[in-house]
Amino acid sequence: MNSPLAALFWRELRIARSIGGGGAMGVVFFLILVSLTPFAIGPDLNLLSRIGPAILWIAALLATLLGLDRLFQGDADDGSLDLFMMSSTPMELVVLVKCAAHWTLTALPLIAAAPLLGLTLGMEPASLAGVAASLFAGTPALTLLGAIGAALTAGLRRGGLLMAVLILPLTTPILIFGVASAAAASGGTVPFHTPFLILCGLSLMAIAGAPFAAAAALRAREA
Amino acid sequence: MPQHQSRQPDPLNLKGILAQCLRVERGGRAIIRDIGFELGAGEALLVLGRNGAGKSTLLRALAGLLPLRGGEIRLDGSAVGTPLAELAHYVGHSDGLKAALTALENLAFWSRMLSQAPDGALSPQAALQKVGLARVGDFPVAYLSAGQKRRVALARLFVAPRPIWLLDEPATALDVGSQEVFAQSMAAHRASGGFIIAATHAPLGLVDAKELRLDVAKPTQGMESAA
Repeated sequence: MNSPLAALFWRELRIARSIGGGGAMGVVFFLILVSLTPFAIGPDLNLLSRIGPAILWIAALLATLLGLDRLFQGDADDGSLDLFMMSSTPMELVVLVKCAAHWTLTALPLIAAAPLLGLTLGMEPASLAGVAASLFAGTPALTLLGAIGAALTAGLRRGGLLMAVLILPLTTPILIFGVASAAAASGGTVPFHTPFLILCGLSLMAIAGAPFAAAAALRAREA
Repeated sequence: MPQHQSRQPDPLNLKGILAQCLRVERGGRAIIRDIGFELGAGEALLVLGRNGAGKSTLLRALAGLLPLRGGEIRLDGSAVGTPLAELAHYVGHSDGLKAALTALENLAFWSRMLSQAPDGALSPQAALQKVGLARVGDFPVAYLSAGQKRRVALARLFVAPRPIWLLDEPATALDVGSQEVFAQSMAAHRASGGFIIAATHAPLGLVDAKELRLDVAKPTQGMESAA
């Protein structure tokens, strides 16, 4: 990784960890959402352990998208985005590095927390591992799809909701194959690797394609 | 200093800028029509005009932040293949600083992000010294005053040497002393063969600057047409 991108990565981490940066917001939101669900459903352990992967995945989806609307908004507000455009680093790489930093800060803690929260839902060990693995493979796609929405709404004052409306329908395949591979890990008719490899494919597609879409959206922001 | 040397020819070697028949639109309306100018090394251009005449629009288009709908910009020198945006610094209405980071961290980041040739660049400390803010380098930018923030933004010009300075009201919020220091910096930049294109209402202390007036022959244009 060349030096401007490393500098950008560390800057993103430092900003998110500072006061008001919102770095830990996603994982706290995830925690609250998952621990609220048993109260709504009731103390039926069989039911909880069966729908556990789905609960964890929906919570992860919402938690990942929660902070994403700010991905480019802050830089658009203070003029940093203009300067990124003028650097010799391609905007696509800037988008990719910003997504990587966001993923490190939001998704990684979430992946670490998911098995622990799965325990409170009465999930089996195989299923816990399946959820963690499927989140690890699927969250990059969520972050990068969200980045397209964040780039499209970067110029708008209240773009957060619009971004969620734009992006949530597009996350359907990731949710389907994420939950499917988590469920397949604890038995079932489908072998684990079938949905898991499709999930990996979705993430790789997002990594390859989304930076171009997001960078194009950022360039067209003012024209 | 980072060893980031992306191009073989010296990016600072720029001999002239020729802009012809520029046309820039915003929201489907032409804000800039048939504007042209020619600058040689060490020359400055003052873009003048009333509010809404398109001064900021012109500077943003030159910085590559708005697309040109017509006309062309030709560069002369060994930097011909490089887009003008990568040869230029842009100091606009917003300072490009992160409030949570210190002034030094902000400058160190922009020096790594924007610099093309490590030679000739000031260290973030030296650049802050130059704008008279050496003492507040460790402060988060959030605690600085508007004028101090602007001075940190101007210090960016020194940490990553680029031949063209695009300045949009650069003296906003600067006190008299800082304005003089900045005028000296601009003179030094021109003496070393740099270019300055500035949009301003206040005198910047640029001697022998060319002038480009934008508000003549635009009677139909509304006040609200440009930011």
